Amino acid sequence: MSLVHEIDYGTPASRSETWVALTIDGRQITVPEGTSIMRASMEAGIQVPKLCATDMVDAFGSCRLCLVEIEGRAGTPSSCTTPVMPGMVVHTQTNRLKDIRRGVMELYISDHPLDCLTCAANGDCELQDMAGAVGLRDVRYGYEGDNHVRGRNNGEINARWMPKDESNPYFTYDPSKCIVCSRCVRACEEVQGTFALTIEGRGFESRVSPGMHEHFLDSECVSCGACVQACPTATLTEKSVIAIGQPEHSAVTTCAYCGVGCSFKAEMRGEELVRMVPYKDGQANRGHSCVKGRFAYGYATHKDRILNPMIREKISDPWREVTWEEAFAHVASEFRRLQYQYGRDSVGGITSSRCTNEETFLVQKLIRAGFGNNNVDTCARVCHSPTGYGLGQAFGTSAGTQDFDSVEHTDVVIVIGANPTDGHPVFGSRLKKRLRQGAKLIVIDPRRIDLVRTPHVEAAYHLPLQPGTNVAVLTALAHVIVAEGLFDEKFIRERCDWSEFEDWAAFVSEEQHSPEATEKFTGVPADLVRGAARLYATGGNGAIYYGLGVTEHSQGSTTVMAIANLAMATGNIGRPGVGVNPLRGQNNVQGSCDMGSFPHELPGYRHISDDATRDIFEKMWGVTLNNEPGLRIPNMLDAAVEGTFKGIYIQGEDILQSDPDTKHVSAGLAAMECVVVHDLFLNETANYAHVFLPGSTFLEKDGTFTNAERRINRVRKVMSPKNGYADWEVTQKLAQAMGLNWSYTHPSEIMDEIAATTPSFALVSYDYLDKMGSVQWPCNEAHPAGSPIMHVDGFVRGKGKFIRTEYVATDERTGPRFPLLLTTGRILSQYNVGAQTRRTDNVTWHTEDRLEIHPHDAEQRGIKDGDWVKLASRSGDTALRALITDRVAPGVVYTTFHHPNTQANVITTDFSDWATNCPEYKVTAVQVSPSNGPTEWQSDYEELSRRSRRIAGKLEAAE
Amino acid sequence: MNMRISAGEFTERSLQIIGDLKHLEGPMLPILHAIQAEFGYVPEEVKPIIASELNLSRAEVHGVVTFYHDLREHPAGRHVLKLCRAEACQSMGSDRIADRVRELFGIDFHQTTLDGAVTLEPVYCLGLCACAPAAMLDGEVYGRVDEHCLDEIITEVRR
Repeated sequence: MSLVHEIDYGTPASRSETWVALTIDGRQITVPEGTSIMRASMEAGIQVPKLCATDMVDAFGSCRLCLVEIEGRAGTPSSCTTPVMPGMVVHTQTNRLKDIRRGVMELYISDHPLDCLTCAANGDCELQDMAGAVGLRDVRYGYEGDNHVRGRNNGEINARWMPKDESNPYFTYDPSKCIVCSRCVRACEEVQGTFALTIEGRGFESRVSPGMHEHFLDSECVSCGACVQACPTATLTEKSVIAIGQPEHSAVTTCAYCGVGCSFKAEMRGEELVRMVPYKDGQANRGHSCVKGRFAYGYATHKDRILNPMIREKISDPWREVTWEEAFAHVASEFRRLQYQYGRDSVGGITSSRCTNEETFLVQKLIRAGFGNNNVDTCARVCHSPTGYGLGQAFGTSAGTQDFDSVEHTDVVIVIGANPTDGHPVFGSRLKKRLRQGAKLIVIDPRRIDLVRTPHVEAAYHLPLQPGTNVAVLTALAHVIVAEGLFDEKFIRERCDWSEFEDWAAFVSEEQHSPEATEKFTGVPADLVRGAARLYATGGNGAIYYGLGVTEHSQGSTTVMAIANLAMATGNIGRPGVGVNPLRGQNNVQGSCDMGSFPHELPGYRHISDDATRDIFEKMWGVTLNNEPGLRIPNMLDAAVEGTFKGIYIQGEDILQSDPDTKHVSAGLAAMECVVVHDLFLNETANYAHVFLPGSTFLEKDGTFTNAERRINRVRKVMSPKNGYADWEVTQKLAQAMGLNWSYTHPSEIMDEIAATTPSFALVSYDYLDKMGSVQWPCNEAHPAGSPIMHVDGFVRGKGKFIRTEYVATDERTGPRFPLLLTTGRILSQYNVGAQTRRTDNVTWHTEDRLEIHPHDAEQRGIKDGDWVKLASRSGDTALRALITDRVAPGVVYTTFHHPNTQANVITTDFSDWATNCPEYKVTAVQVSPSNGPTEWQSDYEELSRRSRRIAGKLEAAE
Repeated sequence: MNMRISAGEFTERSLQIIGDLKHLEGPMLPILHAIQAEFGYVPEEVKPIIASELNLSRAEVHGVVTFYHDLREHPAGRHVLKLCRAEACQSMGSDRIADRVRELFGIDFHQTTLDGAVTLEPVYCLGLCACAPAAMLDGEVYGRVDEHCLDEIITEVRR
């Protein structure tokens, strides 16, 4: 193995379809119009010396090293800023150029430390490379003059010198090594879109400055690492590289955080991970990353990771470490006992949206073929199940319609119930780039998310609706589109059922759906709704991106259908730049749904009652499958409380923390006789477990993740599992212990089984993925290269279906006792329940969950910023500290749920989506009052956690 | 020019100035000039206000402010004397003039006299090469600066 090498072409690729032929150093080359001479040279295999150019940012032309001579033109233009012209004859190496370049390098080196041997960038330094490339042998100017290199010059303090900035936990900034090429500044602006860096001063005084000459941590920096990646020297360097040294081999893999599914090179030294570098050819992220994917992998080696299987009789006992064999035998005999004693349906399992497709497939196979029932569910239940249902009804497939590249062709974007710059940061950056190019933005969110107004981006409309009124607002938008005749009749007549449209149009035209009528309870001024509707319907390519703010409501599925209606009515389906795009929360939530994790569906969204589908699996697996749908997660917990559900195998999900109504979840778990938790850490659910099976990280196994754009990306093993087995091996050994004759030797064999049984994956195999990089399902005979955009020539279900979307207010209402509405979300540096990110330095940015409250509401209650407050709902109460901000409207409060001691889900109710049981996390009526500190429940729970994490013979595991 | 201004007043007056000028194309420099005219310098706490009003980052405003030597981070003396130190003026003896000025005021370039009377700054070309050596006092230019002319400048400053 060696390092995966990526060529730096110096400037971005041109998209032109006109070709230009020219000669460079005697070689003929043909490139697209608009390509720089530098890039054309590189494509011809000629590397022009360069420092300030790199292909992640536009050409700048400041280093004066890439000069070339062009026949018939005077002077020595820079090759990065000069576009090719037909018939051009370019020379990249002449005596004149050699002299200039050497002179430039002499100036650079005269103000640069000469500590190459002990420098962290040794072996990966472009300045060093260029000194070699231009034949620098001597620096005529010496090193004694004005400089930024030494703290003292001849004993006197050197005012130009600046100490290292080590404030960021993941990288250092050493101004003494800076050559002021501006690559970091441009990466921050062009790639990330945060504009946190600038060059301060001018001439010899110029230095890179985060914010207004601040430390990185105090500046606007979001720690995405694009600047570190862009830096050609050791000025911005990963602390891990400083600590370990340069990597020697690497593998391309997929990030295990959010549903964007960024491709990374995991750069290794032996089995030690040196750094993660986003992969330029990654088709989801195009070479960009966020603070989580690039830096927050420390949890993989955190001391809290459990590496040995453990068993206990009662949850009040301490854990006892056992061998894998003993653990498997114990689980198998317990599950068999429970099924014998309480019936076949008394056990079930939960698949994980964080594990690979192959592992998820095996877990549902274990349940259906091994347990003999369909009691399998997955955490998508609590996030995007309404997406599956709603889009399935409207279009015929349970997935987003576009790839992420599509955003580059969008003219009007609606973001509803999503916060991309925090939840899906890499997509957020790609969206901001398009908005800076002039696309218009409509934000529908109760909270003023960053996108509403952030440097160089401003939403044309922000509709700050009351939580829970999504359907009313979307129907009001439809009302305007229909009433003002802005719908696309041609599209609807061709692609949809016209009579269904007429029925729907009549419904939305009713006066009670007008913006003026709905304003009373949505709180959104009617003129904003009208303006937004006109913009979306007439502004060109319109795309809708949405998140959990849409789905996690009692009318989640209705909202998804309302979104689908809007897209169909305006003809915004089936081409680049348009579509309906759910932003998936977890790395493989799309995949876990695809893999048959729901109790009523086999892989590929085929209903369990369908005889033909069952037949395929029955033949392959040699068993008879139950044709009745099994229990959903909330039903399993209900059944457990009733005493009919006794055992559960939970792979990689922390239902106690992530599912609604914590007290109900804990009561359900406590009523079971065998709870098997398969995870990296003793998570909150493990407090109620009898068996703990240690899990493996994404770095320790082969497999695939499917991201929000249906893209199947390879996950590659770069280190051996610290716990001994990859998760698919654990499930397989458990199945074997239960008497199933499984014999997979590699996850690729599992994928082959998926492809053989599931039409939308028919052509997928590891060999094919290696060849293609990645593919988007459906990938079969009809779509051999996969399907970046769906419903191109017509809807999968035949005709697109318009569905009436009647607004029904949630039963969760504010009243005198609970006058405020709580809504929840996430923050950039943390991920989901925080099990991973809390075990990394990302806690630097977010040490606790805070309650955002409007100054008006805070003042009424005598609450000051940072005060402890009690947050109470009809379900329970918890305490956390207040953050006073006008990002939330009066009457609305907001918090994150990344920390287990906050227990935000003690507050949430058990109301859920009418179609899919997706819980209503986004609306809870609450009261907020001053408090002295944590509530009794929090203290009790902390004590329970401490007790239930004891391991016999070991000191207490610290959380 | 009032030197004692509270933070609240900075905000209020800055917002007024920015509000008057933000409709311009490329409004940042006109705003910075107006801010400097108002306060005598560009106070650090005004930069985030400009950033937020123009929907830019703090870093961007800081980059522009530090790029231009004419935009001050601190208030200047009551008078500002700029001496040209570019090639033409040097060849006509501007170094000697500079030495003399430094001696008379007891300060170096970029410094202000203790009584706050004058700030001395170098400038690289006032475009008066034909009348070198050149100087500028409070925006008014002086050509062929000699001992006599210096006396005149110093009288003006000391008044």
